[in-house]
Amino acid sequence: MSSATIQYNTRSDYRKRKNRLFYWLVIAMSAITVSPILLIVYKLIIQGYKQINWSFFTKVAPNTLEAMTANAQGEVIPGGILNGITGTFLIVVMAAIIAIPVGIMIGLFLYENQGKRFASIVRDISDILQGVPSIVLGLIAYMWVVKPVTHGFSALAGSVALAIMMLPLIIRSTEETMKMIPTSLKEAGLALGVPYYKVILRVLIPTGFSGLSTGILLAISRIIGETAPLMLTTLGSSAVNWDVTKPTSAIPLLVWEFYNDPNMANLIWSSSLFLMGFVLVLNIISKRIAAKQNR
Amino acid sequence: MNENIDRVDNPIIKIENLSIAYDKDKFAVKDINVEIEKNAVTAIMGPSGCGKSTLLRAINRMHELYPQIETKGDILLKDENIMDMSTIMLRRKIGMVFQRPNPFPTMSIYDNVIAGYKLNGIKLKKNDRDQIVEESLISVALWDEVKDTLFKKGSFLSGGQQQRLCIARTIAYKPDVILLDEPTSALDPIATARVEDLLVKLKKDYTIVLVTHNMSQAARISDKSMFMYMGNLIEYGNTMKMFTNPRNPKTEQYLTGKFG
Repeated sequence: MSSATIQYNTRSDYRKRKNRLFYWLVIAMSAITVSPILLIVYKLIIQGYKQINWSFFTKVAPNTLEAMTANAQGEVIPGGILNGITGTFLIVVMAAIIAIPVGIMIGLFLYENQGKRFASIVRDISDILQGVPSIVLGLIAYMWVVKPVTHGFSALAGSVALAIMMLPLIIRSTEETMKMIPTSLKEAGLALGVPYYKVILRVLIPTGFSGLSTGILLAISRIIGETAPLMLTTLGSSAVNWDVTKPTSAIPLLVWEFYNDPNMANLIWSSSLFLMGFVLVLNIISKRIAAKQNR
Repeated sequence: MNENIDRVDNPIIKIENLSIAYDKDKFAVKDINVEIEKNAVTAIMGPSGCGKSTLLRAINRMHELYPQIETKGDILLKDENIMDMSTIMLRRKIGMVFQRPNPFPTMSIYDNVIAGYKLNGIKLKKNDRDQIVEESLISVALWDEVKDTLFKKGSFLSGGQQQRLCIARTIAYKPDVILLDEPTSALDPIATARVEDLLVKLKKDYTIVLVTHNMSQAARISDKSMFMYMGNLIEYGNTMKMFTNPRNPKTEQYLTGKFG
């Protein structure tokens, strides 16, 4: 055996060890990255599952006295978060009704005007809008809607604040989706004599439908847990409310209320679990849609 | 008029003094005067960037999509100026097939064929619709292949089938003229042969104008050929005559493979 061969072996051992070391390092880092979400879900389930029963979805939030009595007797707190679920539904649906058409139209405008000055200003502003703190949007909605329009806290004001938060996400996803559609499809429509607006409505939007809906779902999952702007706009309500001009509750607002009442501690976990689960489901659905589109 | 540009017996389209610029005064097509024969296959040949697609796309006013493109001169379809027609009417009369097959991916095969009527909101009775779809698919020789999957998405077809579907979509409109912009350049040889056979058959009912990169394709299927170079129409006449006896030295060089 020459010394060269021996050296070769040790060198190869060294490389193998290095390879193994980095392999496990990468796995460890990945585990650290995913562990917060797993820990959060674990904690929420452990603390929250007891409260999730039929009345959790069918009853409004209990008052302090009911909760205190139940706690004293070691029972599950009666009542649920129905007012929060209906409120969140009302606020988010209305925000979507406002933001989706406006966002898609602006996105189409940006797509149609690539490289033009005004369009790039609009794009920059939309990016900046994404960075505006949500509490500031709450203040704006307070000034725009609560004082002059509904003359008091209202679901509508909350929807306006959340719609502004949704806008930049929908604008961006619309533009990116449209960019991915080949121009040849647009030309195919035009070559049949179809007017331009109809080509957009009947050819481009259906073709990009999955991309658009992914963007919308992600935008909804972004805003559904927003609390700060709702505190300044919808305020909260102890009863189920379907009137958009009246104060309305929402799940994140309820979490905050439960947090401020020591008797309701258990409900914090169950409502957070519900909210978290809902956002997770939305995210998984939108990922599924995106994957299907790319196939 | 250039003596290397022949007149035709029975013109359906007349192009007069046509110039097209993509940028100010940078002309891609320069002062072209030419007539296109009815019920014939006319091939437009030339090296890359010679303006052949630009010329073709002017015939159904596709350039209007891009406002910076400047078009001068007139194009007459059956002696009527195309600029005086609505784009809907014009494009019903002059259909277009593109380089890459582009069926609408969200629509079924059936809806793709009928797309022109559907998207323009032209109401048809169900029987008429069925008949148009069947006739169009039969004339592109696709009916037997797709008659059981009419209501499935067109994007699952092969490239050649998709291109024939696009031709069916165009002829469903019963146009006078079909423009094809290198329709076989994205297809394999067998699919190409089928599309070529189809075009020769279709000239009985339609006037066909075809841009092609492929000289032998022009020789195989066209009755008339144009040769373009640097935006100019160099030579135009019967294909047989041009291939056997080119009049302009540039044409000869191109046809013998000296450039392009």
